[in-house]
Amino acid sequence: MEDEVILLNFWPSMFGMRTMIALEEKGVKYEYREEDVANNKSPLLLEMNPIYKKIPVLIHNGKPVCESIIQVQYIDEVWSNKNQLLPSDPYQRAQALFWADFIEKKVFVCGRKTWATKGEELEEAKKDFIEILKTLQSELGDKPYFGGDQFGFVDIVLIGFYSWFPAYQKFGNFSIEPECSKLMVWGKRCMERESVAKSLPESEKVIGYVLRLKKLYGI
Amino acid sequence: MGLVNGSNNDEYVRLLGAWPSPFVLRTRIALNLKRIAYEYLEEEDTLNSESVLNYNPVHKQIPILIHGNKPIRESLNIVMYVDETWLSGPPILPSDPFDRAVARFWDVYIDEHCFTSINGVAVAKDEEERKAAIAKLEQCMALLEETFQECSKGRGFFGGDNIGFIDIGFGSMLGPLKVLEKFTGVKFIHPENTPNLFDWADRFYAHEAVKPVMPDIEKLVEFAKLKFNTSIFK
Repeated sequence: MEDEVILLNFWPSMFGMRTMIALEEKGVKYEYREEDVANNKSPLLLEMNPIYKKIPVLIHNGKPVCESIIQVQYIDEVWSNKNQLLPSDPYQRAQALFWADFIEKKVFVCGRKTWATKGEELEEAKKDFIEILKTLQSELGDKPYFGGDQFGFVDIVLIGFYSWFPAYQKFGNFSIEPECSKLMVWGKRCMERESVAKSLPESEKVIGYVLRLKKLYGI
Repeated sequence: MGLVNGSNNDEYVRLLGAWPSPFVLRTRIALNLKRIAYEYLEEEDTLNSESVLNYNPVHKQIPILIHGNKPIRESLNIVMYVDETWLSGPPILPSDPFDRAVARFWDVYIDEHCFTSINGVAVAKDEEERKAAIAKLEQCMALLEETFQECSKGRGFFGGDNIGFIDIGFGSMLGPLKVLEKFTGVKFIHPENTPNLFDWADRFYAHEAVKPVMPDIEKLVEFAKLKFNTSIFK
C-alpha cells in the first residue's frame, strides 16, 4: 500500500521549510497544500492541528504530526533507509537536539524583531541576533555542516532562516557577513543541495512578504 | 539503586541539579527507571557555578548529565539520552515513530504552555494577570485530561502500563502545581474536573522511580515564598 503524505504549509515559513527539506532528502512523494493562514485556514488544518491551528502539519496516512522539529525526527525514523538526518550515536543525537532547541528558542524571536521593531529595541535585537549567529558559527567551527561531513538535522533546522537573512538585513539595516562569514559560506553550501534549493523561497519574495506584513501591522 | 553495566555504559555518571527544579526531577526519575547509579551534585548557585558554566556555557542552566566526560543538557534531551543509552531498563519513549511524535508533542506543550502558565501565576503582578494565568493553566489541565485518556488506552499511565515520556514531563510539574494550589486556593487537578489526572497523580507519586526523589511539598512551598516575592506567596 502506498504511503499518503500531505504537507500543509505556508510558503514563507522557515518551519515548514524544515519539513520539506527532510521529505526531499528522503525522496518521499508528498502532496503540498498551501494554507491561507492569515484569512482562511482550511478545515483540514483545523482538524489536524486543533491545539495550535498552525502550519506546518504533516499528515501521514491520515495521521497528523505537528511541530516541525518533531516532524523532521518522525520523517527520519519512518524513512530510515536513506540519508540519515540524525546521528545514530545517542550522545551525538543529544548534541544535535540541543542545538536544534537553541535555534528554536532564539533565532525566530530575535530575527522577527529586526523587521518588526525600531529605535532602542531594534538596536538591541540586531546585537542579540549577531551574537546568536556567532554562537552557532562557533559550534559549526571548520566543519562543512553542523553534524560534520554530512548534511543533517541541525542544518535542516537552521537553513530556512537563511532565506530570511536578506529581509532581516534590509529592514533592520545591518549586515550579517562581517561577523558571520563562515556561517554565510555554510548557508551557500546548503543551498547547493537540491532538497534545500527546492524548499527555500527566493529572498526577494520574502522581502516582499515582510513589506506587506509591515504595511498590514503599521510597523 | 543497583549499578547497571552495559557495553560502554559503565562510565561514571554525574548529575548537576537543584532540588526544587522540576526539570532536574525529570532526569532523576529517568535515571531511577533504568536503575543507573549516579553521583548527584546539588548546585545552589547555578549562575556562579564553575561546573555549570563549564558544562553548559550557552545556557548556564541545570540539569546537566555528565556521562564519562560528555555533558548532556536540557531535561527532555537527557531523558531521551538515558532511554537510548541504557537499553536494559523499561523503555521511556514508545517504539512506534507516530507514538514517539505524540509523546514529544505533549512534552513540548507541557514546557511551552503548562510550565509557562505555572510561572505566569507565580509572577503575576496583579489580580487580572493572575486570573488570566490561572485560566490558561486550567485549560492546560483539561487538555491533558483528554490526552491521558487517549494515550493511556485504559492503563495507569500516559505511557501505558509503566511511566513514559509524557508521565515524566508532566509528573515533574505536580510539585509546582500543588504549591500553586496551596496559595491560590484553586484545585488544578481535581477529582471532578480531571478525574483521570487525579488518580494518575497518586500513581505517579507512588512509583518506585519517583517517590525517592520527589521534593517535599512543604519545602517547595518555603522555596517558592523566597523565590517569588509576589503577592500570592505572602
